[in-house]
Amino acid sequence: MIECQLKIKQGDFLLDVDFCAPAKGVTVVFGSSGCGKTTLLRALAGLEKSDDGFLKVGDSIWQDGKSFIPAHLRSVGYVFQESSLFNHLNVRGNLEYGARRTNESGKDFMERALDLLDIRSLLDRTTEQLSVGEKQRVAIARALAVNPDILLMDEPLSALDLKRKKEILPYLDSLHDELDIPLIYVTHSPDETSRLADHLVLLEEGSVVGSGAIDEMLTRFDLPISHGADATSLIEAKVVGHDDRFNLMYLDFSGGQFIVTDRELPLESKVRLRVSARDVSLTQELQTDTSILNIFSATVDEIVPEGRSQVMVRLKIKDVSMLSCITRKSAELLDLNPGKKVYAQIKSVALLS
Amino acid sequence: MLNEFDISALFITLKLASVSTLILLLLGTPLAWWLSQTRWKLKTILEAIIALPLVLPPTVLGFYLLITLGPNGPVGAMLESFGGSSIAFTFTGLVVGSVIYSMPFVVQPLQNAFSGIGRRPMEVAATLRASPLDQFFSIAVPLARSGFITATVLGFAHTVGEFGVVLMIGGNIPGETQVLSIAIYDHVEALEYGQAHWLAGGLLLLSFLMLMMVYIFNRRFSIMQSSNQ
Repeated sequence: MIECQLKIKQGDFLLDVDFCAPAKGVTVVFGSSGCGKTTLLRALAGLEKSDDGFLKVGDSIWQDGKSFIPAHLRSVGYVFQESSLFNHLNVRGNLEYGARRTNESGKDFMERALDLLDIRSLLDRTTEQLSVGEKQRVAIARALAVNPDILLMDEPLSALDLKRKKEILPYLDSLHDELDIPLIYVTHSPDETSRLADHLVLLEEGSVVGSGAIDEMLTRFDLPISHGADATSLIEAKVVGHDDRFNLMYLDFSGGQFIVTDRELPLESKVRLRVSARDVSLTQELQTDTSILNIFSATVDEIVPEGRSQVMVRLKIKDVSMLSCITRKSAELLDLNPGKKVYAQIKSVALLS
Repeated sequence: MLNEFDISALFITLKLASVSTLILLLLGTPLAWWLSQTRWKLKTILEAIIALPLVLPPTVLGFYLLITLGPNGPVGAMLESFGGSSIAFTFTGLVVGSVIYSMPFVVQPLQNAFSGIGRRPMEVAATLRASPLDQFFSIAVPLARSGFITATVLGFAHTVGEFGVVLMIGGNIPGETQVLSIAIYDHVEALEYGQAHWLAGGLLLLSFLMLMMVYIFNRRFSIMQSSNQ
């Protein structure tokens, strides 16, 4: 568990945050540029001193009214926006720099970092022999090689073009799946957020406007992310079967089963699905003469207006929340009210990992 | 060819330049580092004082040093009261004068090199568990390598070439405080052009070789850096 209450004043800007993050999994700090994300991350690492605050990571207190543990004594791994490798050292030298300075035998963690980021073949290269994407992979491995209690990443993909992003994202997925330490990931990208986040901290102009589990946060109507064209729901599912005849695969989630195009993922592998609110339509009766495969029985949980002609509906498919954006007229025709049983037809699903 | 005093002038010059450069690096490195990091408002005053020997006539600097370090000056009097003797007209006096005179040639390249590194590599090192002192030696010093080369060569060469300050504070005592540049002057005064040629030619070659070294080292270094981008 990470407890964080910090106040930092920089000129006119005031960062004043108070939130908790779970001890495991990815916490995304999401906000537009200038909202204080990077300052927050730097403060967590001890690179930014706050006037006032309390910071506890696991069992150790890094900052309270009396003490401030300096950056080099905090067990963090930090990945900066640009790779910032040391140019006077080669890849091995960069990785060993931190590993040599950690008390425990850093060797094992380095080995693991090498495998996770797949950089064994780059070890003897100088930093100028690396591509931008490779540099960032080495920087991530370097941060992991110190066996940190927490990994902090400051928009690690923002300096990369789309192709490089795609090159790095699978490695971030494997961090997500395999790390047993918390990862705090700062970004302004909704795509990276929905792909990686387990927990979300929404930051706006220096304050936290909301914080919680990602699936709850995305469907909370008091937050701006649950409105507009980007409104989506996330569903965790696992592969339970393949249909070779139609090249489809079956994914179980706690509310039922999805049928999607086969990606040849092994059975039991976990996948995250993203469903856009605009791709969910509602019917009163179960439609049978339709091309849509994914239809679930759902209960209306809450309805809020969305602009002048539309409404945003939060549905419950058993315990899973899902958003549906439909016209106000349809809502009236269907006589939608909280508690009403409907069928949700899902036109398209994006597989995130 | 060269007489006994010329040889001793050569050794005194090389010894003076080596000792001064060493002291300058030891003093100049922390000073330059501090100047590159501090946000102290009055830092420009200190920078101007350090740069003063660049514009000040060497004889003016030498004159004040003589006044301060001589037996009647504040520092000289203090030394004598502790049972020592004035360091004016001694090798130590030469070293003190040279260190002050060559200070900007060492501090400025180092300060520029340290400033050029920026905060980021040091922050990265901190997140990799390096203490501030460790960061300095493992990151700042190697990254400021070209600054150290420039500072060393310029500090050394400038000390070899100084005239006014050493004449004032050292008094041109052959075998004790007479350095090459003054020996050349003496030979010319005595119309001994042959000996003057030997010494002058030697210094010319030495200076050229040292500058070449700076350019070769820094070129190689800057190429390595730029291909990083």
